[in-house]
Amino acid sequence: MDASKKKDLQRKACKVRMGVIEGTYNARSGHPGGSLSISDTLTYLYYNKMNIDPQNPEDPDRDRLVLSKGHTAPALYAVLAQKGYFPEEDLKTLRHIGSALQGHPCININGVDMSSGSLGQGISVACGMALAGKLDNKAYKVYAILGDGEIEEGQVWEACMFSAHYNLTNLVAIVDNNGLQIDGAITEVCSPEPITDKFEAFGWHVITMDGHDFDDIDRAFTEAESVTDKPVAIIQKSVKGKGVSFMENQVGWHGTAPNKEQYEQAMSELNAQLKELED
Amino acid sequence: MSEVIKKATRESYGETLKELAEEYDNLVVLDADLAAATKTAVFKKAYPERFFDCGIAEANMMGVSAGLATCGKIPFASTFAMFAAGRAYEIVRNSIGYPHLNVKIGATHAGISVGEDGATHQCNEDIALMRTIPGMTIINPCDDVEARQAVRCAVEFDGPVYMRFGRLAVPVINDRETYKFELGKGVVMRDGKDVTIVATGLMVNEALEASKVLEAEGISARVVNIHTIKPLDKELICQCARDTGVMVTAEEHSIIGGLGSAVAEAVTECCPVPVVKIGVNDVYGYSGPALDLLQKFGLSAENIVEKTKYALTLK
Repeated sequence: MDASKKKDLQRKACKVRMGVIEGTYNARSGHPGGSLSISDTLTYLYYNKMNIDPQNPEDPDRDRLVLSKGHTAPALYAVLAQKGYFPEEDLKTLRHIGSALQGHPCININGVDMSSGSLGQGISVACGMALAGKLDNKAYKVYAILGDGEIEEGQVWEACMFSAHYNLTNLVAIVDNNGLQIDGAITEVCSPEPITDKFEAFGWHVITMDGHDFDDIDRAFTEAESVTDKPVAIIQKSVKGKGVSFMENQVGWHGTAPNKEQYEQAMSELNAQLKELED
Repeated sequence: MSEVIKKATRESYGETLKELAEEYDNLVVLDADLAAATKTAVFKKAYPERFFDCGIAEANMMGVSAGLATCGKIPFASTFAMFAAGRAYEIVRNSIGYPHLNVKIGATHAGISVGEDGATHQCNEDIALMRTIPGMTIINPCDDVEARQAVRCAVEFDGPVYMRFGRLAVPVINDRETYKFELGKGVVMRDGKDVTIVATGLMVNEALEASKVLEAEGISARVVNIHTIKPLDKELICQCARDTGVMVTAEEHSIIGGLGSAVAEAVTECCPVPVVKIGVNDVYGYSGPALDLLQKFGLSAENIVEKTKYALTLK
């Protein structure tokens, strides 16, 4: 990837992370850890990959994204706000009564393609979108983002069987493999490993990538585009809490909001990262 | 008297889907390995490219239907009531109900009249479950004529609809030429002044039979067919409560959460009168021939007569 483009994406992703911290801090609740681990990929998709237009959010030909791991809505909202689907100021209203920004994605929010959050359901919905695209001979792609803990849900594998059977080559599932779920490490809770082998056995083309390296993200999605005979699963190695030192790889930051002191420290770290990227 | 024609409403479902396919090119049908039983095989045979078997995976079928609906398709997700409302409840609630998507759920083999398969497949709880989902429309047709029009109405209506069909062939009681199905509107099948029998599904015919027996004994029973359980025709229900002062409800469903509960909830707010509920009394079913089971569980004209007489003592 072109160096200036990469830097630009890094800056945007850093702002998405600030949005995550801003949102969860003001909400006094929410899920910063998994939001931070998916921030780079969401930034890449919305700025560099997806065919979308914030001025025409209902375009039937647009690419779609279902955030199956819906608890990481703060990251999705931060990207959508930065793209102009709604004012960035709205991020501070996350989870507040009367705010459009619900704790989990809601289809009524501008730019959100599907309500989600009850784990395991989003990938089925993405299958339906992809199937509709095939039926109508549309060129759009459908992206579904899942957590690595989420794939413990049986419905995910029902959907995987379906996608391969109906040859949904316009579907890309991204598994955010940060290795942690609420009760601990995924390998200790009720291990979904080996993840790669499982998707392959279910008839998918599997690609692994570093979820925090834009060169590698670009390589993975470019490879995904070249696959024409199978649905594609991208297993991204990621760090829960990425970008905020005291949140990284800490399971406790799955569903805890920062307090004022933590908020200030996190924002100061992110501001320093942004400044470095702007130099 | 002309010969009684019988037909299972699941047959009406499959046949009507096929009829509607030409008119609605965005109509698609999904099933979960039960096409021969739900009768979507009729559609599948005529329109294989618009039929999607999801295999034995009802949760995914509901989610796929939701995704199709976001892209302008009108999916009919078809399986037994036990799996549509039971197994897939949370997916119907969160992936279809909450985003209020235009998915039609065709739930066949509802109630005790499933017969020999027994308790695991006799779903007497689906209406109760679906009633709790905000914005869900619930239709429980009583015969072939009504079922056909209900399916047509569902496709024209924008929003999630749960349609309940039976396995058992039941008498065709509505006139094919003159009957007009109106969503959310109850039908007074027979007028009466002493008591109102509110029935749904296959119990409508039983209620009509019961009313004849009651008439011979000098009791004037009004019979109301509630095919749309949600939204309930509260206006008609309350009018009946005011007119007759006592209600009997009859449904092939648990007495908890179904038509009886809906009617009782309505009248307690507008005109509190006794409501005597006929249904499956908070028990599981068991194996046996459907008609025998209906008798055993009191889902019969005879029991309606008996309960109606009891209801009159409460006036």
